[in-house]
Amino acid sequence: MSADTLATATPAVELEGITKRFPGVVANHDIRITVQPGTVHAIVGENGAGKSTLMKILYGMQKPDEGTIRVNGTEVSFRTPSDAIGVGIGMVHQHFMLADNFTVLENIILGAEPSNVGVLDTAAARRRITELAEAHGLRVDPDKLVEGLGVGDRQRVEILKVLYRGARILILDEPTAVLVPQEVEELFQSLRELKAEGLTVIFISHKLDEVLDIADAITVIRRGTTVASVDPDNVTARQLAELMVGSELPTPETRESTVTDTVTLTVSNLTMQAEGQRLLLDDVSFAIHQGEILGIAGVEGNGQSELIEAIMGIRSAHGRLELAGQDITGWSTLKRREAGIGYIPEDRHRQGLLLEASLWENRVLGHQTRKPARSGIWVDRRAAKADTERIVEEYDVRTPGVDTLALALSGGNQQKLIVGREMSGEPAFLIAAHPTRGVDVGAQAAIWGHLRDARAAGLAVLLISADLDELIGLSDSIQVIYRGRLVAALDPSDITPERLGGYMTGAIAGNEET
Amino acid sequence: MPAGLNRALLTLAGAVVAVLLAIAICSVAIIVAGGEPLAALTALFDFGESARAQSNSIAVFLNRAVPLFIAGLAVAVGFRMNLFNIGVEGQYRIAAVCAAYVGSTFTAPAPIQITVIILVAALVGGLYALIPAVMKVTRGVNEVIATIMLNYIAINLSSFLVRGPFAGQRAEGELNVTTPKLPESAMFPDLNFLFEGFGMLPPTRNGGLWGFIVVAIVLGVLVWVVLERTRFGFNIKASGLNGPAALASGVNPKTMVISAMVLSGAIAGLIGLPEILGDRGAFNSNFTAGLGFLGIAVALLGRNKPVGIAIAALLFAFLDRAQGALQFAGIPPAVITIIQGAIVLLVVVANEVTGRFARRLEERRAAQQLGRNTPVEVTA
Repeated sequence: MSADTLATATPAVELEGITKRFPGVVANHDIRITVQPGTVHAIVGENGAGKSTLMKILYGMQKPDEGTIRVNGTEVSFRTPSDAIGVGIGMVHQHFMLADNFTVLENIILGAEPSNVGVLDTAAARRRITELAEAHGLRVDPDKLVEGLGVGDRQRVEILKVLYRGARILILDEPTAVLVPQEVEELFQSLRELKAEGLTVIFISHKLDEVLDIADAITVIRRGTTVASVDPDNVTARQLAELMVGSELPTPETRESTVTDTVTLTVSNLTMQAEGQRLLLDDVSFAIHQGEILGIAGVEGNGQSELIEAIMGIRSAHGRLELAGQDITGWSTLKRREAGIGYIPEDRHRQGLLLEASLWENRVLGHQTRKPARSGIWVDRRAAKADTERIVEEYDVRTPGVDTLALALSGGNQQKLIVGREMSGEPAFLIAAHPTRGVDVGAQAAIWGHLRDARAAGLAVLLISADLDELIGLSDSIQVIYRGRLVAALDPSDITPERLGGYMTGAIAGNEET
Repeated sequence: MPAGLNRALLTLAGAVVAVLLAIAICSVAIIVAGGEPLAALTALFDFGESARAQSNSIAVFLNRAVPLFIAGLAVAVGFRMNLFNIGVEGQYRIAAVCAAYVGSTFTAPAPIQITVIILVAALVGGLYALIPAVMKVTRGVNEVIATIMLNYIAINLSSFLVRGPFAGQRAEGELNVTTPKLPESAMFPDLNFLFEGFGMLPPTRNGGLWGFIVVAIVLGVLVWVVLERTRFGFNIKASGLNGPAALASGVNPKTMVISAMVLSGAIAGLIGLPEILGDRGAFNSNFTAGLGFLGIAVALLGRNKPVGIAIAALLFAFLDRAQGALQFAGIPPAVITIIQGAIVLLVVVANEVTGRFARRLEERRAAQQLGRNTPVEVTA
């Protein structure tokens, strides 16, 4: 353990020898973490390293098999999250848990309503929320409906919700995953103020640059146990990442260009209108060449999903699409797929997998009409299974077998299966939407590698990602989408995530409109 | 153990527990009704005193299972893709009356005559199911509502047809209206010789053991092959498990709704045929009703798989058959309905429980795999 400088104070949270076994696997093994009060303590580790189990234990959602938890020096044992809330531990989940049709105030007091002789005391609640918001620099309008708020505001509401319940120790689970760089900076500003107030923040993240920026102490978890406690001042992001995976790791860089002159996909004047009057896609045109990765940057909800689904033929749009010189505008999704369009969907559970079907059946999905899955009117089970074995092998999908249900796999392994599937049958063009979202560092590197190899082999890729490093690192050119329009074409070799974030939020743009 | 086998065994165990629990619940109901549960249980297995009565009981049991099995198959085809064809009831009635009438208008050699009747029944059932399918894909009308409403139309329409345009000669003093009698060549040969093969007396009641059971078995195998082995079956499964993923994979949801619904309706059309071709030789106003609704329960119980549906149909038929025997034992036969209802409910619960258990088991197995493949090196 480091942080000797603060060793005099009673630690806010002390975990000692925490072990949690699930039959067959050890999720946590002898975890030791000491969190000093009034600090931001980051916990980093790959997906599946045991971070979430640990947080569930600390938040009373699961009981450890061994080990002790001490909060402010007192040993505690939680049976439910309310016990944890009782000693001042609050958790902000990665996926917001807010009721859209309630106001900010209603959401904050939900479940902890102040009452005055059985009557809801809104005035008292409002006073307290305003107090909290001002004290911690979390500005929100208490009377606004949550459905009208952006992600950054929603997150502030979540934090206020926890503070309102009297939390002095905050657990933030991947809080920056959904934010653009500017919002991250705002969040960090709030966290610094919370820290200044003497609150303790436990910050779980993947994004190492951010961790280094905000954390006062860092604990690395690998394979269920704490492998290192480091001081952010004398460690680099790369060293940290290597501690996380336990080996050297690659970067998303693809500098040597493989772009050719042959155009694979041409999108011209693509326009899509919502039921009302708003344009979801507004005159979008671009071309992708063989061996080119075109990155689309944008804050979520600016037309990326619509663009993808229009190209896949899932939603209809006006405009023209050409694949290798052929007009595919009127084609069905099936025909487009048969013509060589691969699709890594943004939400693998919604569009990419049959969770309750076996892996080999998932291999068949999207390839029903093509070899090796097809043989006449039949599904060729043997060939499909054999080819799934190949994917499992080549893409390092960790599974007991190809008959296992897809839901049993971790997110990273599911994603590797999808990538393997979409790369089979030699596609000419691939849509990769958030190809490494929710995927651990190891799998991320593997997926980047596969994309890079396919690009070198002449694949045209449309890459959509919220991970700006990935976008900048992999793309040969970047287009920014804002309110359904392509507003800027950028060269990834001279752009920073900050500038890109400016374009994405509409802060920098010549043709900005409201 | 392979993952598939594991899941199947778990399902079976769940079903057995559900059936035992249902019997326990019914024992309570029987005691409340003033009966003796043990007596009821023996009555369930009471096939009669005489050899003839026993043969008859077995024939009645199997004859009841056949239409239930076909009804279960019809419902299951829709259920597999989350398409709730509640209209099986209406589809089989309208198909039965049409097929019985068409069959009575001509005489041909038996194979041709029977084939034509089967085809007409499937065609009418399929066409009637096409109505809600078209409404769903063109106008987004929920198929549950559409098929329930169409049931009323079909039930009343078939009553009208048998009374009016399709009415045949009514015998002196006969109160039931009926379609014209089918020619002899339309009657499906019975399987009574099987009883002789087992050294039993051939059954005599209601035309003995209906030969249509052979058609039902063939149909069951066909449905299994289509659902489990063909691309069409894969598309149905994919659409049922995850609509958006199926769509993204290139499956056209409209085509799937129409084809699955028509297939379901065509199978439903055959439900009435065992009775018409095996015994009555006509569709009349006291034709067995409610098979379509029972089919929903049978499909649920059988987890939408042909083998499961066959077992469920046999179980339901076995219980139905015991109604007479229960009455002799002084126990209200409504107990059977309670058992059936309890079984369906409990099996649905058991499916959910075993399903979750199986999933957790697989997740664990996959997690173990993850642990094995990663080299263990915990150094900082």
